[in-house]
Amino acid sequence: MYTTQTPRRPAHPLPIRIMHWVGAAAVICMMLSGWAIYNASPSLPFTFPRWMTLGGWLAGGIAWHISAMWVLFMDGFAYLLYGALSGHFRRDLHLPGPRAVIADLGAALTGRLGHRLGYYNAVQRLFYIGVIVLICLAVATGLSIWKPVQLGWLTDLFGGYPVARGIHLAAMIGIALFIVVHLVLVAIFPRTLVSMLAGSAAEPEETVR
Amino acid sequence: MNRRRLMRGMPAVTADEIRPELNRIGRRGLFTRGLSLGSLALLTGCDLSTHSGVDAALWAMLRFNDRVQAALFSRTRLAQTYPASAVTRPFRFNAYYEEWQVRETPPDWQLELSGLITDKTPWTIDKLRALPQEAQVTRHICIEGWSQIGQWSGVPLHVFLQRVGADLKARYVSFKCFDGYSTSVDMPSALHPQTILALDFVDRPLRAEWGAPVRLRIPTKLGFKSAKNVQAISVTNTYPGGYWEDQGYDWFSGS
Repeated sequence: MYTTQTPRRPAHPLPIRIMHWVGAAAVICMMLSGWAIYNASPSLPFTFPRWMTLGGWLAGGIAWHISAMWVLFMDGFAYLLYGALSGHFRRDLHLPGPRAVIADLGAALTGRLGHRLGYYNAVQRLFYIGVIVLICLAVATGLSIWKPVQLGWLTDLFGGYPVARGIHLAAMIGIALFIVVHLVLVAIFPRTLVSMLAGSAAEPEETVR
Repeated sequence: MNRRRLMRGMPAVTADEIRPELNRIGRRGLFTRGLSLGSLALLTGCDLSTHSGVDAALWAMLRFNDRVQAALFSRTRLAQTYPASAVTRPFRFNAYYEEWQVRETPPDWQLELSGLITDKTPWTIDKLRALPQEAQVTRHICIEGWSQIGQWSGVPLHVFLQRVGADLKARYVSFKCFDGYSTSVDMPSALHPQTILALDFVDRPLRAEWGAPVRLRIPTKLGFKSAKNVQAISVTNTYPGGYWEDQGYDWFSGS
């Protein structure tokens, strides 16, 4: 007797798990220290409570921001490289068509869309592609307002310093909204958290819970 | 009260009068005004003011970033310039104190020179005006994030430094101001063609609030590097720091 069963691939391979958590920590640090910087000259009619910020004041916020940016930059670069070379993007994160998004979104909102570990439905794919693009945009606009002379071409590309600064803020808001929805969905499907920590096996086709 | 003092050529404010404010903005006070999320996350007060390991790491990252910024800096890449019509009006006043505390030029003012400079003879405004002048309309970007476009003209700093026989291989040029401010820049940035000792703002001699009688204007760095009310210039190889830099503002702060 022999079995034909082959070990199933993990829903979240080890490199993905490491890069996810390093990236999550970096993005949170960037966001909280960014709020400390924002508070020095708020361009919207509100400021962030001090307890929500990292660094305490402008200089502290900047020190955290330009420290965490290296972590985010290296983690993000490694992720993009891994995603492209391992087939992760091709297999899991190809851009969904609008019809698939509408169908899956309708199913999700009526509670009929299950979640299968290791498989990304159209709404998820759109969502993850969206946040990857937003983080890239935040990094690019961040570089352009950090170095508006040395990287003047990049600043020009975004429409000049004040506009680039506005886009940087908008990208942050988009990423914050992603995090909120992401955390709600993790709370609804807690086994995804277990998998992102411990690396559960991808679930077979018939598993829709 | 202040007007009377100004007429008598005295400082508008003495340090004693604003002692509570000075203490409040003093280094410790700035960092300990409240708890931050950092404290909750056991990153207690990691805001550059403590001797914790995290703060030491943040300072080390600031120094590392300074080296990266120095490597990114190009002596020939110019800050974008604008037409005179783009000048921001009204132009925003900014200093480490309120506008009513602006100090008029002391009657015996002369630009003093020290450090690695051959000819340390003090300079008057008239002598500075006799040197070649350069005008620019550039964007002043504050470290806080806001920005505005201004027009300045004056003596290119590289012309001045060559004229007085400064050691152009030295590492730092530092500026001390009679309003109590100070800052310093790296020599390559000091020699950048757009770095000027500004004497005029929007075609008129600098007024007190814009940094009379002479200010640094360096569009390749953040606004706080463009020191106003300059009293003394020094060329040195010893890290001079500065008013904000000593409290944790990124020293290089290049744009």
